[in-house]
Amino acid sequence: MTEQTDFVEIRHAQKSFGTLEVLKDINLTVRRGQIVGIIGSSGSGKSTLLRAINDLDPLTGGEIWLDGVQVNKKLPHRQYEKHINAMRQQVGMVFQHFNLFPHMTARENVTMAPMLLKKISREEADALAREQLDKVGMLNRIDYYPSQLSGGQKQRVAIARALAMKPKLMLFDEATSALDPELVEEVNMVMKQLAEEHMTMIIVTHEMDFAASVCDRVLFMDKGVVVEEGPPEVLFRNPAKERTREFLRKHLEGAK
Amino acid sequence: MDLELMLKVYPFFLQAAWVTILLSVLTALLGLICGTLGAAARLSRFAVLRFLGAAYVSVFRGTPALIQLFILYFGGPQVGIQLDAFQAGVIGLGINAGAYMTETIRGAIIAIDKGQREAARTLGLSRWQATYKVILPQAARLMVRPLGVNLNMLIKATALVAAISVVELTYTAQRYIGSTYKPFEMFLLAGLLYMIIIYVTGRGVAWLDRRVQIT
Ligand SMILES: Nc1ncnc2c1ncn2[C@@H]1O[C@H](COP(=O)(O)OP(=O)(O)O)[C@@H](O)[C@H]1O
Ligand SMILES: [Mg+2]
Repeated sequence: MTEQTDFVEIRHAQKSFGTLEVLKDINLTVRRGQIVGIIGSSGSGKSTLLRAINDLDPLTGGEIWLDGVQVNKKLPHRQYEKHINAMRQQVGMVFQHFNLFPHMTARENVTMAPMLLKKISREEADALAREQLDKVGMLNRIDYYPSQLSGGQKQRVAIARALAMKPKLMLFDEATSALDPELVEEVNMVMKQLAEEHMTMIIVTHEMDFAASVCDRVLFMDKGVVVEEGPPEVLFRNPAKERTREFLRKHLEGAK
Repeated sequence: MDLELMLKVYPFFLQAAWVTILLSVLTALLGLICGTLGAAARLSRFAVLRFLGAAYVSVFRGTPALIQLFILYFGGPQVGIQLDAFQAGVIGLGINAGAYMTETIRGAIIAIDKGQREAARTLGLSRWQATYKVILPQAARLMVRPLGVNLNMLIKATALVAAISVVELTYTAQRYIGSTYKPFEMFLLAGLLYMIIIYVTGRGVAWLDRRVQIT
């Protein structure tokens, strides 16, 4: 593709669960190295949009493109599975509830997918685990099981697990919402570090301060539509839409 | 209570207990195979397989095991299935146990949080890779105890094959009652041996359960 800058492109995304329309004609473009934040109240469709990029909740309408390749293209089942597995290898996803594999140590969580899918050797896997866990400050817990880690530590291992596949894009779905307040910062630090390395990221978050400090652009979603988007200093300080103002008012009050 | 008689016939009961054990082991193995296939069918993406799996479970759990054995052993020859009593016992009980194990195995698999499969899939694992790397190792740990219950039931169910004259514990007890007229002693002896078999098995299951738990 020639449009190398339009890295993620979502066109007219539509998603219904039965009769419930959760995403209504969403359009979103993310450029390489850009960091986009998505805010909005619970139930507005933020997770569904993020999950659609990874095809966990396939769209019922519209297109998703990643680096010049359509993610949700129509293919016969077997071919589609192959295609989607290849696409997913390029996208890292971090969940609110970590979803670490409890029967594997931190090291195994990180190396399982690269060993299985990229056929790297045990030595390479070992180096990879060290590198990625070191990056998130978890090298000293390399042989711990998830049950032996705090929430913040679990989330950092989950980030290392996603990074080990060398993704082009990282998706964060409220990565710190399930954490005790004192553990939020250690995860935010890791995400900030990724931002400095120019990782392309889409971050769903409830933390306005964090969004303001790392995102190049922020989207406000409500009831399945993008109400407003813009640079954080504009969207947070000087929103154009009444709905955005109302949400921010409630949210900032709630934070105090 | 005629202890002397019990001591005298006890070696023959011991021999019969080995038949019960062999029967149990073979039934358990066949049950595990049927249960695994049944659970795979119940969880398949194909509706036909899901239907067949569900039908298997409801037919074999919905009728007495004794009737299933009778149909296989006495009715079998009528439709060209010739089995000796031992074979009919293993096959009949194994298929029956498989229906219960289908539900046990399926239950353990669906008990795994769906976020586990999602996390595996987002890394790029295929459906099958996610199943065998992430879901099954966790489900297997959940299965040990309930499969232990299935095993316990299955060992006791082997007593049913006395009705098609397999010479196992229960049949042996009945035979000795015929010659000694001491049902209390004979059934007590059989019961004791069943208890030992089940106790040892139960300890084995508990040991295995402890072994497989994540630290
Ligand atoms: N698998 C699903 N089946 C049915 N409804 C769903 C499903 N997932 C999400 N929804 C609904 O879609 C709407 C948007 O959900 P979600 O994307 O999780 O919102 P958010 O992440 O913004 O809180 C909600 O009303 C939710 O109940
Ligand atoms: Mg959500």
